[in-house]
Amino acid sequence: MATEVQRIPASRQARRSFGKGLLTLIVVGWFILLILVPLLALIRGALAGGLKPFLQALATPEAQNAFLLTVLITVAATVVNTIFGLIMSIVLVRQRFWGKTLADGIVDLPFAISPIIAGLMLILIYGNQGWIGQWLEPLGFKVVYAWPGMVLATTFVTLPFVVREVVPVLQEFGVDQEEVAYTLGAGRWRTFWSVTLPSIRWGLAYGVTLTIARSLGEFGALLVVSGNILGRTQTTTLYIHDGIESFNTEGAYAASVLLAGVSFVLLLGMELFRRHVEARETRT
Amino acid sequence: MSNRTSRGPLPIDLFLRGSALSYLTLMVVVPLTALSIEALKPGWDPFWQALTDPFAWHALKLTFATAFIMVLINAVMGTATAWVLVRCEFPGKGIMNALIDVPFAVPTVVTGLMLVALYGPSSVLGSFLGRHGWAVIYQQPGIVLALLFVSYPFVIRSVQPVLLEIDPAEEEAAATLGAGTFTTFRRVTFPALWPSILTGTALSFSRALGEFGSVIMVAGNRPLQTKTGPMYIFGEIESGNPHGAMVVSVVLLAFSLGILIVLNLLQRQGRHIHGH
Repeated sequence: MATEVQRIPASRQARRSFGKGLLTLIVVGWFILLILVPLLALIRGALAGGLKPFLQALATPEAQNAFLLTVLITVAATVVNTIFGLIMSIVLVRQRFWGKTLADGIVDLPFAISPIIAGLMLILIYGNQGWIGQWLEPLGFKVVYAWPGMVLATTFVTLPFVVREVVPVLQEFGVDQEEVAYTLGAGRWRTFWSVTLPSIRWGLAYGVTLTIARSLGEFGALLVVSGNILGRTQTTTLYIHDGIESFNTEGAYAASVLLAGVSFVLLLGMELFRRHVEARETRT
Repeated sequence: MSNRTSRGPLPIDLFLRGSALSYLTLMVVVPLTALSIEALKPGWDPFWQALTDPFAWHALKLTFATAFIMVLINAVMGTATAWVLVRCEFPGKGIMNALIDVPFAVPTVVTGLMLVALYGPSSVLGSFLGRHGWAVIYQQPGIVLALLFVSYPFVIRSVQPVLLEIDPAEEEAAATLGAGTFTTFRRVTFPALWPSILTGTALSFSRALGEFGSVIMVAGNRPLQTKTGPMYIFGEIESGNPHGAMVVSVVLLAFSLGILIVLNLLQRQGRHIHGH
């Protein structure tokens, strides 16, 4: 191969590497302009008045309440989607039944549905005149414009993550080891805990991380189901949005940096942690 | 597998299947059905009227036009970025590769706020651009910019793995035979890459049709100027016209679900051809 490359005339090779260099420059420049510069502009905006006002903006009761609500909703949505995501993956990979391909396709749908439309659908179902809501409201159970609706909205938009990450790992893992465990007399539950779960743990961990990151940042669906009420219960994203509308820009900037920072650290940390553990495992 | 299926499904299997499918039905199928039924309940004429309402029609046109412009830019820049990340060496490549996914980690409202911070009328750059008639924020170019940011990783992440599998020797052989860089790309690299470019492009288009959080921050929400489909839907819900919201939703959904289904079918077909 090397000899063939050397047969290319030097002038052509110089032109090729010049072209490569130019393309690299364009691509890196585009990345810096489109992604990095706006990121830096946000951080600069948040720290414009120094570190102290930034921390003060994060410490206001409204901001703290918004963070707390975001964390609670994220935990609820993540727990529900982890349990059902695992069950769904096992059912889709290990069972055969009529309509399986269809179910597999339906799992992906929330990715293709605008968050605004997700919110609208929840109102149609759970609103006070909705399909289910008209029966729930008289019982004093409010879903839309209350926290259950916010949890439902977040659960909806993050539904596919765990399934999408676990299914390929489970397929690759195969059934051989599970069969061995059965043969050795392990029950279903024992096999799941000590054979299946350890082998799919990275897929599961990725799915859960993506679910958390997406839950933290969900906005459109929450905006619809929380209603446009002044002084409504705010999640962090609603707090940011309302902050800009009501000229509380300091709070909005500070919360934005915190929220983006947490999601970023989560995703990057997950990747680093996986590499670290895998490196340690290959050494032993 | 064959062992257990021959015995027939165990009760626990049936229980798992039942709960998984019930969850899916309750969370996804019922809401989609409700939306379609409620949108079509008053009949075709009101549906058509709501769709051709000048405000709704303009919002839909704007959504498709901005998504289309974004997709053209993204297809070219995304492919170029993937190619450079795989075939070229430069300082900082590892960091850049790790940061490609940043737009997936950044919440959409925060994306919008970033762009306002950079290009907004109160920023240095924004006021400079505004003075020269190039205002970005609260104008249509701001929408395209927001869409470019949120869908930046799609084409790159779809093309990159395919490019990694193509042996650079093929490209070099073409170059040895006298093909220029561009001819090599067009005749050797592109034919192997186009399905992945198409997938990434379609995914970003579908994403752009529904994008709301970043767009509402940068677009300024002016009807017939910068109001996109999802913003129109939100406005109609707030102002008590759910039918108008549902009709526009159904149209947007039909397109994004259609794209997803076509991609799925193409991928299945591809798997049959390549035998894996």
